[in-house]
Amino acid sequence: MTVRDPIALDGRIPAPKDHAQVLVVGAGPAGTAAAIEAAKLGAQVVLVDENPLSPGLMGLDAPLWFGGRMTTAVQQPARMLEQMIAGNPAIAEAFEAGVDVRLGVTCWGLYAPGPGLAALPGRMVGLSDDQRSWMCGFDHLILATGQRDVAVAFPGWDQPGVMGAFALHSLLNRYEAFAGRRLVILGSGDLALKTGLMALERGLELVALVERLDSVQGDPALAAQLIQAGLAIHLNQTDFAVQGGLDGVERLTLRDGTQLACDTVCMALGGAPAIELLDAAGGATRSSPVGRVPVLDGLKSSLSRVLMAGDCTGLTVDAEESGRAAARLAVLGEVPVTAAPSETPLLAYQSAWLEPVREDVILCQCETVTLGELLDVRAPAYIGPPTERSKARSLATLLQDGPPNQDQIKRLTRACMGVCQARRCREQVSLVMARAAGLGPTEGPHAGHRAPVRPLPLSLLADWEEGAVMARDWDVWFGIEGAWTPHHWIGTDRVGTQPPSHPPVEDDQ
Amino acid sequence: MSPSGAPIVVIGGGVTGLSAAWWLARAGHRVLVLEKGVVGFEASGRNGGGASHYHSPLFHEEQRLWPQMDELLGYPTEWRQERVIFALTPEHLAYYRYMASVGRELGYGAEDIDARQVRELVPLAGDTVLGGVHLHYGGHANPQRTVQAYAWALQDLGGEIRQHTAVRRLISRDGRIVAVETSAGEIGLDHLVVAAGPHSERLLATAGLFLPLGMARAEMIVTEPAPLMPVGGADGHGLYGRQTLRGNLAFGGGPHEWLDMDADGPVARPTSPLTRNLARRVAELLPKAAHLRVIRSWAGIIENTPDGRPVIDRPADPGNLTVATMSSVGFGLSPASGRAISQLVLDGQCDFADLGRLKLDRFAGLAADWREQRGWTPAPAEVAA
Repeated sequence: MTVRDPIALDGRIPAPKDHAQVLVVGAGPAGTAAAIEAAKLGAQVVLVDENPLSPGLMGLDAPLWFGGRMTTAVQQPARMLEQMIAGNPAIAEAFEAGVDVRLGVTCWGLYAPGPGLAALPGRMVGLSDDQRSWMCGFDHLILATGQRDVAVAFPGWDQPGVMGAFALHSLLNRYEAFAGRRLVILGSGDLALKTGLMALERGLELVALVERLDSVQGDPALAAQLIQAGLAIHLNQTDFAVQGGLDGVERLTLRDGTQLACDTVCMALGGAPAIELLDAAGGATRSSPVGRVPVLDGLKSSLSRVLMAGDCTGLTVDAEESGRAAARLAVLGEVPVTAAPSETPLLAYQSAWLEPVREDVILCQCETVTLGELLDVRAPAYIGPPTERSKARSLATLLQDGPPNQDQIKRLTRACMGVCQARRCREQVSLVMARAAGLGPTEGPHAGHRAPVRPLPLSLLADWEEGAVMARDWDVWFGIEGAWTPHHWIGTDRVGTQPPSHPPVEDDQ
Repeated sequence: MSPSGAPIVVIGGGVTGLSAAWWLARAGHRVLVLEKGVVGFEASGRNGGGASHYHSPLFHEEQRLWPQMDELLGYPTEWRQERVIFALTPEHLAYYRYMASVGRELGYGAEDIDARQVRELVPLAGDTVLGGVHLHYGGHANPQRTVQAYAWALQDLGGEIRQHTAVRRLISRDGRIVAVETSAGEIGLDHLVVAAGPHSERLLATAGLFLPLGMARAEMIVTEPAPLMPVGGADGHGLYGRQTLRGNLAFGGGPHEWLDMDADGPVARPTSPLTRNLARRVAELLPKAAHLRVIRSWAGIIENTPDGRPVIDRPADPGNLTVATMSSVGFGLSPASGRAISQLVLDGQCDFADLGRLKLDRFAGLAADWREQRGWTPAPAEVAA
C-alpha cells in the first residue's frame, strides 16, 4: 500500500455525477452542427450554451462587449430563451436529434488530469446556471466558443453605448434586445461592412462608418452596397472622439470637426478567437495574425480529447463543416480535413487604430489605467503619489531587463486585472507593449486566462454539496507536524501541547 | 573569476534571493542575481502576502523590518500592520487564540475578541462568527509589488539582475564553487547563494550537496473589489489571505498537490476544481461578500523540506556557498531572511537570530525514498487514468 499524505488533494475531488460522452460548448453554427452529428452517430451528447446570459454578466461586458445597450427585455429570462430558440432553428434540431441541450448554462472552467494535476479523477468542466455550479465529466469535449469582441481605446470609449460588433449581432439577432437607434460603426473590414448592412436591414439608422486607415479594408462589393444606400465611409480618421451625456454616447466628432449624432458606436475591428477555456486549462496557444489562437493538430488541441470547431480555432473553416468533422473525430476517431490558419492581419489593423491614442486615454477601464500610466508603469492611485524612485521607472526601464511581460505590467499597474477579466483591454495592452518594445503586433506578450473564465459570484461558484472527504483534515497550509511549533518552544516540554491546526471533522459517510 | 561573473552570485530572483541580494548591495557588495524567468514570477509573487510568523526564529526581525520596508526600498509594498483571525468553529477558535497567546509570550500585543468585535473590524463577516483574535503585530503586503520593489531597489544600488538565465549546474574546483553553468554560458563567482526555490535540490546536487525538497501546488482565488474594511488582513476558517488595498479578496488554503520534478523543474499547472471549495469557505468566512464575483484563481509551486522548516545555512564545505529555502513560508519573512543570508555570506554568522536549527546537515542520512515514505508524491497513475 502506497503511503499518501493525508492533507493532500489526492482522492478529495469526486468524479462528477454529471457526465457526457460528447460535451459541446457553444450552440452557434459549429457547436450545434457538432452536437447534432455526434448524436446522429449514437453518442450521448450534452450541448451547453451560456445564452441567455444573466443581465449581470451582460452589464460586465461578459462574454461580449454589450456597452450597456440592452433593452429591459434582458431582465426576462423566459422571453430571452424564447427569442434565442426562435432565432436559431439548429437548437430545435439538436433537441430532436436527442441532444441534451442546456441553455443558460455557462462553462467556466476546463480541467484535465495529467502531470501536475494527477489528483483529478478524470476530465471535467465546471458548469453553472443562475442558481448553482457543478462539475461535468466528459469523454470528448468540443469547444465551439466562437469569437469575442476586441476593443481599441479612443477618447470617449468608456461611454455607455460604445460596444462591440459581436455584441450587436447578439442583441439584434439572438435576443431582439438592442436599445440603440442611431449607429456609427468603427472599421471598414468585412465585419464592419456586414454589420452595417445588417443594421440597415434591421431598420436602424446607420449614420456612417469611420475608418482609421486611408482605404476601405473589406470586400469592395459590400462597401458599394453601403455607399449605394447613401452611407458615408470616413477614411483616414486618425483623431476622433466620442462625446456623451448621462445616457452615454451622443455624438462622434471627426478630425475635421464634423459631428455625427448617434447613440451607439459599434467597434467592428475584428474578433478574438474565444480560447479562454483552453488557455486557462494549460492548453497550448500561439500568437497569429488574427490574435491568440489554439495550437491545433487538425481540430485537436494540445489537451487530450479536447477538440475545437468553428471561429474559436482561428482557422479559415466553414463553421458547420468543422463542427461535424469534430464530432466524427470524437465519436469515430476519423481524422478531419486540415484547414489553413487565418492570415488576416487583424492585430496589425488593431495596432494601427491604437497608434494615435494619447497618453491620457484610459486603456484598462476596470482599473482606470491610462496609456501614459501603463508606459510609466505607474502604481495605482490608491497607493498614493509615486515615490521619487518610482518616477524613474517606466516600461522602457523594464524592457532593459528583458522582453515585455504582461505579468509585470499587471502586477505594477493593474491593467488587465479587473472584473471584466481583461476582455476589454487584453489585446490592446499587448499591442501597446509590443510597440514600446519595438516588436511587431504579433510579438506582444499574452495575458493568460484563469478559471473561472466568467466572473461568477462566490456563492454560486461555491461547492455547497462538498463531501466530508474534502472537509476532513482541511488545513490552512501544509499541516506538516512541528513546522509551526514556536521556535523558542523547541527542545522544551511544551512541544506537542499546541492545539491542532486542522481539527478533526467527523466522517458523514 | 570570469569577466561575466560577480563576487557574489545569487541563483533565484524570488523574494528570498532578491532580498538577500538587496541586503548585500546595501552593504556595498557587487551582486548578480540569475533568474530563469522573470523576477518574482513563481510563488514569491503568488501568495497570501502575510507576515505574522510567530513560529520562526526570524519573527522579531520580520516584525521590526516590515514597517520600514517602503522607506528602505524606496518603492511601495502596500504593507499594512495588524491582523484579525477569526473562527466559525470552537476548534479553530482554540487554535487562533493559541497563536495570539504565543504572540503575547513573545512580547507583542494581541487580544482575544468576541464576535461583535470581529464584525466591527471585519464588516463582511457574518452571524456565524464565534470569536477571534486581534493581532497588533504582523500584517500583509502585496507580494507582486514587493518582489518588484526588491528588484528595483537592488538595481538602484548597482546590483545586476539577469532574467531569462537558467542555471544548469554548479561548477566546483578544489573544494570551492567557482562558477555556475547557465543558459547564457559560464558565470564566475567568489560566493554563491542558492535561493532557487524548488530548483535548489537539483542545483545543489550538482555540487554533491543534499537538500531534500518536496514540491507542491497551492491555490488561491480572487474576487472583484469590495469596499475597504477597517482591517484588510483578516482571515480564518482554515483560510489564509487578505483584502488587498484595491479591495479584492484574495484567499487560499486547504489541500495541496505534490508534484514531480522534471528537468526544467516541477510541472506547473493551473488551478483545480478546488476553486469551488475555496469559494465556499470564503463565502462562509465573509457571508456579506458572498455576492462578490470570483474573477481569477491561481496556483504557485512551493517547496517544503521534510520537517517543514527553512534551511538558511552556510555549510563548512564548500566554504563559499550559502543555501536558503524558506520551506513554503518565504514571502513574509523575506526582509529578515535576506538580511540573515547576507550576514552568513559576509560574516559566516547571523547576529540577530539563532539559525542553529535551520542547518542543512539535519537531513544527512535521510532515506533516499523519504518522499515516498511520507506520500509527498503525485497521485498514483491509476487514480489519474
